Amino acid sequence: MTTTDANLPQPGELPEVEVDPSALRHLADAQVNVELDTGDMVLNIGPQHPATHGTLRLVVRLDGERVVAADPVIGYMHRGYEKLTEYRTYPQITTLINRIDWLSSFANEVPFIAGAEQLMNIEAPPRAQYIRTMLTELSRIATFLLFLGEMGLQVGAITPAFYGFRDREYVLNLIEAVTGGRFHPNFNRIGGLKDDLPWGFIAECRTTMNKVLASCDEFEDLVAGNPIFEKRTRSIGIIPPELGAGYGVSGSNLRASGVDWDLRRDGRDYLVYNELDWKVWTHPDGDSFARYWVRLQETRESARMVLQMLDQIPAGPIMAKVPRIIKVPEGEVWVNTENPLGEMGYYVFSKGATGPFRVKIRSASFSNVSILPWLLRGVYVPDVITILASLYFILGDIDR
Amino acid sequence: MPDDSTDSPETVEPTETAETAGSPAPPAEEPALTEHAERLLTRLQAELGDAIVEHAAAFGDVVVRVRPDAWRAAAHICKERLECDYLSFVAGIDWMPAPVIAEEGSGDTSSPAQPREQTYGAAGSAGRYQVFACVESTHHKDWRALLKTDVADSDMRAESWVPVYPGADWHEREAWEMFGIVFDGHPSLRHLYLPSEFEGHPLRKDFPLLAREVKPWPGLVDVEGMPGEPAEAVAAVGAAEEGSAPE
Repeated sequence: MTTTDANLPQPGELPEVEVDPSALRHLADAQVNVELDTGDMVLNIGPQHPATHGTLRLVVRLDGERVVAADPVIGYMHRGYEKLTEYRTYPQITTLINRIDWLSSFANEVPFIAGAEQLMNIEAPPRAQYIRTMLTELSRIATFLLFLGEMGLQVGAITPAFYGFRDREYVLNLIEAVTGGRFHPNFNRIGGLKDDLPWGFIAECRTTMNKVLASCDEFEDLVAGNPIFEKRTRSIGIIPPELGAGYGVSGSNLRASGVDWDLRRDGRDYLVYNELDWKVWTHPDGDSFARYWVRLQETRESARMVLQMLDQIPAGPIMAKVPRIIKVPEGEVWVNTENPLGEMGYYVFSKGATGPFRVKIRSASFSNVSILPWLLRGVYVPDVITILASLYFILGDIDR
Repeated sequence: MPDDSTDSPETVEPTETAETAGSPAPPAEEPALTEHAERLLTRLQAELGDAIVEHAAAFGDVVVRVRPDAWRAAAHICKERLECDYLSFVAGIDWMPAPVIAEEGSGDTSSPAQPREQTYGAAGSAGRYQVFACVESTHHKDWRALLKTDVADSDMRAESWVPVYPGADWHEREAWEMFGIVFDGHPSLRHLYLPSEFEGHPLRKDFPLLAREVKPWPGLVDVEGMPGEPAEAVAAVGAAEEGSAPE
């Protein structure tokens, strides 16, 4: 080895300059980095991975432990519902759309049925509206209780998951008592509902809602107040409000970024939300913790809403007069509602037949997840999991 | 509670005669625009001028059809000047009449019989394909616009909204693979749901639903006789009932 630079240490010879230890540490770091610079690594997360809630595949490019780029690959559960709706009649379609967001199936039916009712100029009786609202809120509670437990699981706490599943079961029992189905009620009819509430439901529901309120306190102590949980979620995965809206992120995810916008209050009036006394919760931070916190508060708020509705529910019929063969007049209508996961909407085009000409299904998780390439850039791999968990998506709601 | 349900569908149905069943409720009179939608339309007209081809009301909402070359400008105006900061969706539609699966009255109810002539929805269309979208505001109550634009059959292109609303990315990829509409200015039009080697555009009306092509409608073949009853008799009754019902 020949060199003309005398300042450089020769092989087998130590440099004589006095070295500042901190500079040396820097040098050592640089050398390690040079040695380990093996280029970016591409890691496939999913499609089969417990943290992805189904078959979401994430292709992430890693530089060390940091994500350089992330590309969600969806479609492993694509069932082509928009095509299938063109081959079904309106009453048949509720069966399909129950399976879009399968954790809150009842809430999926509401906007579609509302769209068909608007086109047919039918209005469901007040009691049916109340029961619809109540079941929508019960779905929301069931969905969020699962989230409150599962989010703990994603950061390594097993216990909350059991609490979450246990409490959700109480609510699912209520839904089953009314509709006969735990997951897929298929209970909405154009013009009303299939059945009235069963005997003893009001007392049972009141007991359960009080249980839910108590378990929310439990989650607040056990998970939200836990320092480890806070360390894993605070200032992780921050969604700026303007960007979130531009991406179409909706529901609790957007409210956790400080956007005070809830379609139950700020959309076109639907169901009986304007007859209830409730508030919209927001959190200014926009991080994973904020999303957890907002959903926790919304679970409480929903339980309070259900308690109010139990007191206010009017008597009366549950079904409007509807022709036996459902034929929907020509027209088009866009109906969107605030579902547990965010904005769910149907753009229904009718040409006067027994089935729709085309239905555009706008599902919440699809847009919520489309922000991932932006959101995951620069985060550490373990945080990918908490961000995914805190966005809270359902694969059926992404892929439709 | 149960005594409330005297007017349940079960008790209503038998009283319905065949005539009333055939004629649905009187068509909803098209409600005019809501107060918000009217204000929104006035401002859109002021901003876009003659780029608006047509506008219509759809159950209180305003549907605005803009010229294809003003599609991205319309999005920009909605976002920057009309406070519609939230993108709900972008989607495509094919107005071609639905294919006929089965003859009317044959008992095959596998798909609802749609009209055979090509008609267009609110605000009309110049051709077979259209792109439509919804933008909303997170600042005001009930502040939303439905926008449409035409896509020429010969050159299926539309301006991409990705530079305005980043969320249009996936929606446009979906519309591209489902209808074959190319979005100019989209960063990467790749398949979203379907495998990358997939050919065809499944949501076009002339793309067959394979499940219906390869297998007869189960409603026709699954009619099973009660014990001691010949199966043909049941099938005949079933076909007669189904044939009389829809039309």
